[in-house]
Amino acid sequence: MSTVIKLRDPTAETSPVRRARLAPPSSLDGKTVALMDIGKSRGKEFIDRLEDHFKKAGVATKRYAKPTNTKVAPLELMQTIAAEAQLAVIALSD
Amino acid sequence: MPDSLLPNDGLVIVAKRDCPTCVLVEPVMQSLDRAGPLAVLSQDDPTFPSGVRSVIDDQALERSFRLNVETVPTLIRFKGGKEVERTVGWDRKEWTRLVGAAVGEDLPAWQPGCGSKSVEPGVHEALIARYGDPGLKSREISVGNWDDPMEACFERGWSDGLPVVPPTDERILRMLGGTDRKPDEVVGLIPPNLAPCTVEKVAINSVLAGCKPEYMPVVLGVLEAALDPLFVLHGLLCTTHFSGPLVIINGPAAKAIGMNSGVNALGQGNRANATIGRALQLIVRNVGGGLPGAIDRATLGNPGKYTFCFAEDESDPDWEPLSVRRGIAPGKSAVTLFHGEGVNGFIDQKSRTPEELVRSLALGLFGVGHPKLCLAGNAVLVLTPEHYKIFRDAGWNRRRIEDALYQALKRPGRDLVRGAQGVPEGLPPSMADQMVDKFQPDGLLVVRAGGEAGLFSAIIGGWPGQSVRDECQAVTKEIRP
Repeated sequence: MSTVIKLRDPTAETSPVRRARLAPPSSLDGKTVALMDIGKSRGKEFIDRLEDHFKKAGVATKRYAKPTNTKVAPLELMQTIAAEAQLAVIALSD
Repeated sequence: MPDSLLPNDGLVIVAKRDCPTCVLVEPVMQSLDRAGPLAVLSQDDPTFPSGVRSVIDDQALERSFRLNVETVPTLIRFKGGKEVERTVGWDRKEWTRLVGAAVGEDLPAWQPGCGSKSVEPGVHEALIARYGDPGLKSREISVGNWDDPMEACFERGWSDGLPVVPPTDERILRMLGGTDRKPDEVVGLIPPNLAPCTVEKVAINSVLAGCKPEYMPVVLGVLEAALDPLFVLHGLLCTTHFSGPLVIINGPAAKAIGMNSGVNALGQGNRANATIGRALQLIVRNVGGGLPGAIDRATLGNPGKYTFCFAEDESDPDWEPLSVRRGIAPGKSAVTLFHGEGVNGFIDQKSRTPEELVRSLALGLFGVGHPKLCLAGNAVLVLTPEHYKIFRDAGWNRRRIEDALYQALKRPGRDLVRGAQGVPEGLPPSMADQMVDKFQPDGLLVVRAGGEAGLFSAIIGGWPGQSVRDECQAVTKEIRP
């Protein structure tokens, strides 16, 4: 059985087939970085360290956490992060 | 590559239970099975024909497709792994000759076959997509089997905000079946990126829009009209103004594809009206790269930028259709493209004579753009049956209505210059002593549409870009079959 569905490109094909990732911002000035703990063990320690680094660099951060590492983040959490931050670090540990 | 299930030297019969002729020759197939190497490809029921050992289930139709079978039953003789002869339907003489022995002597001498399932409408294209070479040049985009293709279309930016139909090969091939034009023919360069647009790209975007294959000639005609330099599609696309392409279809094509010119003609609910206008917008978006917020700088836009397309009501033989008025021969299908800003409802339930109604309509038409602006954009007037009846009952035809409106749309410049009536907007002071037309002489397009009830008409304002008549106008073109 085929593992993909094939569509044909309706565009002028001037962009790559694989969608490009968003370019990183040239500066973090004035931006807020979301730090999301995905709920794995020692994740908090890892994010604490990251937060320290951002603070030293003068970058604003906000903390978020998934209720459990076994499921995808709730939509409301994703929407809150998108509304309150311009960048996100989704961190794991173990 | 030889098919290992088919006899290298022997007979192949393609049949289906649903075919009375195949059922008729079932005893012949049984006798041939006893006589020598035979394979029967059964298209719809692997238990048919009964009493035959080598029935091959071909419900997937792959073998029927590869053998290029158009009729069942088809009898094929193979020699050395290659087809050497075939006959279709039941013709005792032909079967006897091809088999090399007397067969079916108790059957009628001749009976035509039925269509092969592999060439049923829609099936053939699906089989080409699955087993053949679709011959499409556009690049393939792979979507994971667990992903929703409709969501993938959104994620890739191919949608206007509403769901689109995922453009699979079989859908594209079906769409291309709606035109005789070759898939690689370039229809034109689509602004703003001036990207070449082939018939194949038109078909793909028509699939996205939800068109039926029979709409293709109309979609192609619409695109050709939009690409006429006089239509200034690039300018219309990047304007801050409300306007977008308004498509009006005339002639037999509109009837053939079931377009709506009656109740709710400017509204929702008719597939052809909805998807033809949408196909044009998707071509501009996807092929041309015209994206809202990028080159499309509309301050507000209008809902018609999803789609804005209807057919003219040509039910009155005394009415000169818009396309004929604009130079197309009577009886021909045509598309008129206008720069439309949206529908402005006009109510008049009191006028009873043509003269009253013309004066009243003029009041409404003065409001296009701004009541004090003139020659700053044109308009379409959609006359509904009840308003049109007032003119018709008085013996007025299209030309007389247009002439009367043109005269009624003249006003003294002194009432319209900047500052007049306490309103800064208006005409330059130099026009104060002139009688000023609201629209250019051919700038008001009168068209008939709408339901039987309602003493209303619709005014569709144009675009300020139309103010330079030599550079920008509505465009009418014949639709090629």
